[in-house]
Amino acid sequence: MSAVIQVKDLSKQFTLRHDASLKERVVNRIRGANTDETFWALRNLSFDLEQGKTLSLIGPNGSGKSTLLKIIGGIIEPTEGWVARRGRLAALLELGAGFHPDLTGRENVYVNASILGLSNRQIDKYFDDIIEFSEIEKFIDNQVKFYSSGMYVRLAFSVAVHVEPEILLIDEVLAVGDEPFQQKCMERIKTFQDEGRTLVFVTHSLDILRQFCDEAILLDQGNVLAHGPPSEVVSEFRERFLPHLEEEEDEFGTREVEIKGLRVLDGDGVERDKFSPGDDVVLEITYDAHETIADPVFGIAILNQVDALVYGTNTDFQGISVARVHGEGIARFTFPSIPIVDGRYYVTVAVHSRDGEVQYHRIERLGQFRVVSGAEHAGFLHLEPTIDIVDRESSG
Amino acid sequence: MNAAPSPDNATAARDTSLMRVNEPTRFWRGFVPSVRDVWRYRELLTNLTRLQLKVKYKNSSLGFLWSLARPILLLIVYSLVFSTFLRAGIPYFPIYLFTGLIVWDLFASTQGGATNAIVGNAGLIKKVYFPREILTLSVVGSTLFHFALQFLVLVGVLVVFRYDFLGWNLLLAPIAFVALVLFMTGIAFLFSVANVRYRDVQHIIEVLLLFWFWMTPIVYPADFAISGLGGVSRVLAWAYQLNPMFPIVTAFQRAAYKDMDAVAADGTPVLYQASVQRYLGLLGIVIAFSLFLIWLGQRVFAKAEGNFAQEL
Repeated sequence: MSAVIQVKDLSKQFTLRHDASLKERVVNRIRGANTDETFWALRNLSFDLEQGKTLSLIGPNGSGKSTLLKIIGGIIEPTEGWVARRGRLAALLELGAGFHPDLTGRENVYVNASILGLSNRQIDKYFDDIIEFSEIEKFIDNQVKFYSSGMYVRLAFSVAVHVEPEILLIDEVLAVGDEPFQQKCMERIKTFQDEGRTLVFVTHSLDILRQFCDEAILLDQGNVLAHGPPSEVVSEFRERFLPHLEEEEDEFGTREVEIKGLRVLDGDGVERDKFSPGDDVVLEITYDAHETIADPVFGIAILNQVDALVYGTNTDFQGISVARVHGEGIARFTFPSIPIVDGRYYVTVAVHSRDGEVQYHRIERLGQFRVVSGAEHAGFLHLEPTIDIVDRESSG
Repeated sequence: MNAAPSPDNATAARDTSLMRVNEPTRFWRGFVPSVRDVWRYRELLTNLTRLQLKVKYKNSSLGFLWSLARPILLLIVYSLVFSTFLRAGIPYFPIYLFTGLIVWDLFASTQGGATNAIVGNAGLIKKVYFPREILTLSVVGSTLFHFALQFLVLVGVLVVFRYDFLGWNLLLAPIAFVALVLFMTGIAFLFSVANVRYRDVQHIIEVLLLFWFWMTPIVYPADFAISGLGGVSRVLAWAYQLNPMFPIVTAFQRAAYKDMDAVAADGTPVLYQASVQRYLGLLGIVIAFSLFLIWLGQRVFAKAEGNFAQEL
């Protein structure tokens, strides 16, 4: 397979001009003042994208994702370096995709599709499909200035996918559509991929990224921080940009039994931060009971990046009763081969009375660890299924 | 990935070769590739021209009639001022005037539209790639359409007045028309680029067009100006005739008004007194100059267009 998009030593410098009128310009020239400021939106970017691959660009706002998309689309020119590509390209950049507000939906479809390189005859052929896909037949003869933003995106996406481009560029626009339409778009994108077309899109949704992409590029301030398989790039992204939640730890309780600490250990009892799915993980709580407490319950909860509960248990659930505690001690939770997907996990620890009436001590997100495998999964669990496909047709 | 065989387009990617996006072309060399690029997008040009026409009269009940109403109203005003107030005494003045007026209207409305062609389509420019020249050319397309309507009215007027305009003189019209279209297209490229960076330009152009209008023999006979200016200085009279619109307008007048012997009240000839060869010669110079202008305008345009998306 060969490259469909080739980016070589690409840099883009923007100039912020502070004098918008001829007068100011002249006055500033005379004064010898130069009020222009420059900054690099992209710096020395190089990569090849092969036919049929889907590339996703992620990064914080202002990292140069949209600029890169626009340069690939030929809308702005790079300062240094170049982009080469082949085949028809369609782009969905920002909202509206170049609709004229005073024209009707129908008229805009014609203008838009011819901008994307279709002849009027081809548009006639696709027109009904475009409208049907967008589901806005009722409004097609209304001026688009009366459209809602969702209707805009529906029509724009519909045109873009029906012109059968070899390359499709999508900026974060689909988020505007409603859930069913987004689903529909995603399905369409999948067909697109199956047909061997090439996609580049900007997304902030890590789920979408993991689900759809063959590779990803993480950009920050115009520099490539990571480029590779989605799972690697996503973990790099999480590392750098998702706030590390442990800073907001909060705790409460009577402290009759005080939690002193939590150690995350591997099966050999060595303290560790990074695990692979299938590794043994030992969560070791150290406590100090200042009085003799009868029948306490120790519990832990494992939370992921976005604070969703991945797993929680306590001694009560497990049918273990602790007769009494007094003084310092250890409560050890051992998880042989932990089957969870890549990500950063936080551990909340609590000790309370069996009836739950008295909270002795609870500390949110006391400890944390990471799981890194390089494999891609959706959801919480790292399972290793075996898959058999029995093709009845060919087996006879 | 095991691509399902798709009937037409996806597989086509393999056949076409890798092409550089926005390949920089040298200033002197890039004209031909640009023309080829515009040609590939010719259907877009017709669609955008149609769009311009539709948008212009969207939500107006008289629609296209407005493009006729304007020159007709101007015709009434100027006829009133010149024939009745100033008593210039030009026979068949409305025919003389209307000829110059529609020619000027084509030129002026093209330039007015051109200053707005890029700025007014920021939405398109920021979101999709296509040769930006198409926007300027679509302005030319839509003003030509209006011109065609006005031209029909002129023919109507000639017929209604039972004016004898038939003859060899009419052959000047198509040649003058070619010169006009080429000239206004060249200027339009320059004007549409100029307004992107500094919006002051559109105000300058407005005033410039007004000045230019009066410096072109449209509402008065050419000899009024030439002899008037000649009284001040010969250089001025000569400079007056350097205006590329001068041979264009006078040639149209020669074609429609026809009567070389017609004189105004004070004996000044109405039409520009020159041989047909001279008319043709002047138009030839304008055509050559306009071709140069189109080339220059396109090159300036191409140099600037890379920055359109960020300037808007």
